[in-house]
Amino acid sequence: MGQHLPRSIVKAVAVAGATAMIATGCAKAGTGGGDANTLTLWTHNGGNKAELAIVKQIVKDYNGSQDQYTVDVKAFPQESYNSAVTAAATSKKLPCILDTDAPNVASWARSGFLAPLDLPQEVVDKNLDSTKGIYQEKLYSIGYYDAALAVFAHKDALEKAGVRIPTVEEPWTAAEFESALDKIKKSGDYDHAFDLGTGDSGTEWWTYGYSPFLQSFGGDLIDRDGYKTADGVLNGDAAKKWAAWFRGMVTKGYAPAKSSVDAFADFQNGKSAMVWTGIWNAGPLGEVKDGVALPPPDFGNGPKIGGGSWQWAVSSSCAKKDAAMDYLAFSLDPKYLAEFADKQSVVPATEEAAAIAGNGWEEGGSKRFFLDESAAFAELRPITPGYPYLTSTFAKAAQDIIAGGDADKILDKAVTDIDADLKANDNYGN
Amino acid sequence: MSTTLAPQAAAAGAPSGTRSKAKTRSWVGFTFTAPALFLLVVFFFIPVGLCFTLAFTNARLISPEPTQFTGLDNFQRLFEDPLFWKSLRNTAFFAIVVVPVQSALALLLAILVNGQGRAKNFFRTLYFVPVVTSIVVVSILWRFMYAPQGLVNNLLQMVTFNLVDGTDWLNNTSTAMPAIIVMSIWQAVGFHMVIWLSGLQTIPSDQYEAAALDGASEWDKFRFITWPGLKETRTFILVTITIAALGLFAQIQVMTSGGPLDSTSTVVYQAVRTGYSQQQTGYASAISLVFFALVLSISLLQRFLTRDKDVR
Repeated sequence: MGQHLPRSIVKAVAVAGATAMIATGCAKAGTGGGDANTLTLWTHNGGNKAELAIVKQIVKDYNGSQDQYTVDVKAFPQESYNSAVTAAATSKKLPCILDTDAPNVASWARSGFLAPLDLPQEVVDKNLDSTKGIYQEKLYSIGYYDAALAVFAHKDALEKAGVRIPTVEEPWTAAEFESALDKIKKSGDYDHAFDLGTGDSGTEWWTYGYSPFLQSFGGDLIDRDGYKTADGVLNGDAAKKWAAWFRGMVTKGYAPAKSSVDAFADFQNGKSAMVWTGIWNAGPLGEVKDGVALPPPDFGNGPKIGGGSWQWAVSSSCAKKDAAMDYLAFSLDPKYLAEFADKQSVVPATEEAAAIAGNGWEEGGSKRFFLDESAAFAELRPITPGYPYLTSTFAKAAQDIIAGGDADKILDKAVTDIDADLKANDNYGN
Repeated sequence: MSTTLAPQAAAAGAPSGTRSKAKTRSWVGFTFTAPALFLLVVFFFIPVGLCFTLAFTNARLISPEPTQFTGLDNFQRLFEDPLFWKSLRNTAFFAIVVVPVQSALALLLAILVNGQGRAKNFFRTLYFVPVVTSIVVVSILWRFMYAPQGLVNNLLQMVTFNLVDGTDWLNNTSTAMPAIIVMSIWQAVGFHMVIWLSGLQTIPSDQYEAAALDGASEWDKFRFITWPGLKETRTFILVTITIAALGLFAQIQVMTSGGPLDSTSTVVYQAVRTGYSQQQTGYASAISLVFFALVLSISLLQRFLTRDKDVR
């Protein structure tokens, strides 16, 4: 017994080891491109059937359109996508073509994951600015669509309270908005006049959702002139006014300090008169009888919404960059962009695409508002490799402010932290 | 346990066989431990070694800049960071409440479900169910229960005939941590109940029978038979609950993200947030290193205080 046992165990271990090696070997072959003319493509929309289907359709069309190269799609669930890319980049196994969330582009470009895009200028020019990832004057990524934030409101609530319905051309002023909230609150028909949607504890929503208000007041996460400090921008007078307004939404009883997990459902059920959400809820908004999407108010520096969604890039380790660029140019055909806008609730990246998308995207259509709004108000999140630190610091500051902390102290602390991080990282090469 | 077993095995093996047989035996032993040892080295010793090294550098998660040795900078920054002290206080508060309450409650449950019978098996299973449920799932469910219009507040209103309204438990600086404490105890108490139970069953029943003959009261039986009989179990439970309590993380991540106003931020949560969201691997390693030193000294202190004083 004692003689045989080890041998069988050794065998078992050997089999397990071999399996592991085969598995990793497969992974290597898969990402490395297999044969030289296969380009691997990674996408984050493994959990989004509609979007993945369009990507697969583009790839199929592209593979059919020429016979030199084959593009091979690998889809990941969104939650693990960024870590998969980081891991692949550290072990030098990035695919040729990959998609990236807009605020990560600068970080990934500086870390050397991405290659500058070389696309025909006339193709690039057509795209909305907020769908382009430009870092240090080079284009690193380009998107098929953008997302857009908006105030979703019950029109009845506004009409009953005698509030003017704002438009992209003529948005609410800060004073108008304040009086609208006050009138709605006094009507007593709703638990909350304006739900900010603070139930989401994920970091990125806090920056994507609430930094546009800060920018509308005239503040920002970082001084975009050089990206070397946040001092005076994130803790200046404008930022302090924003903080007072933000917390005021809660103290004046217009918004809950912590929204429920699904703020939009509360809006649908008539608990709140208005909710701060985005185009991803445009579908269900259509089912709300008196639902309308409105631009955010102008707090002095113009209305702002967050810009930049998922975009496409080519890795720096790609052996066939020309082919990858060729694929991207092919995929930016208006008919595909229109397909995304049609099947998904997203803003098409070009006018051409909006024109053929139909389904409300045409001139005067029901979804047209989001395109006009994106073109007019979209502000990109700061384009700096230090963004991951900025967003997590800002999100925490915003959470602390809404919870009733001392705003001046919180903002000063955020600035100190951000500046210390900038210093430790040599301003991230800016 | 292992310390008492190892010498026995060695003693039994030595006289029984020849040298080569002993060699084979150690080979077998090694083969059996190899998978566990391999996993320990890869997922424990190497990361710990890395943590010790990275804590003295400015390593970042992704960056083109080379990592530089920065000496004690990270530690200096850490000790000047008010958030670290706040996290440490929160962690200590959590542990100081959870350790005695959870172990006492577990012992009470164990005594109640000790012995035979169908109903007792049923209750054992019932108390154990939360333990085998993922803490993430439990946290999400309790988040709904603690909501302003959630189950907890509705129950409160029902029981008190609308006199007590409850609060937004997880969004109130004074109730957030207690709310998490209650939930954590409820979730983990079954596990320690089972350990107490195994301890209770090692106490020979003839001792109770003898005590009953002598006319001892229930309290006397507990005081003079049960409590001394649980000595080993007690130490084990004390150490494991303390370590688990100090490592509070999942509930915070799911339920509050350390808020409101850092009232639920813990040391481990701060380390994870710093290391992953903020990509400061070096600084996060320094936090982990300090945390490691703290846990180690607390465990050693507990071992010292609960040592077997009778052995000379």
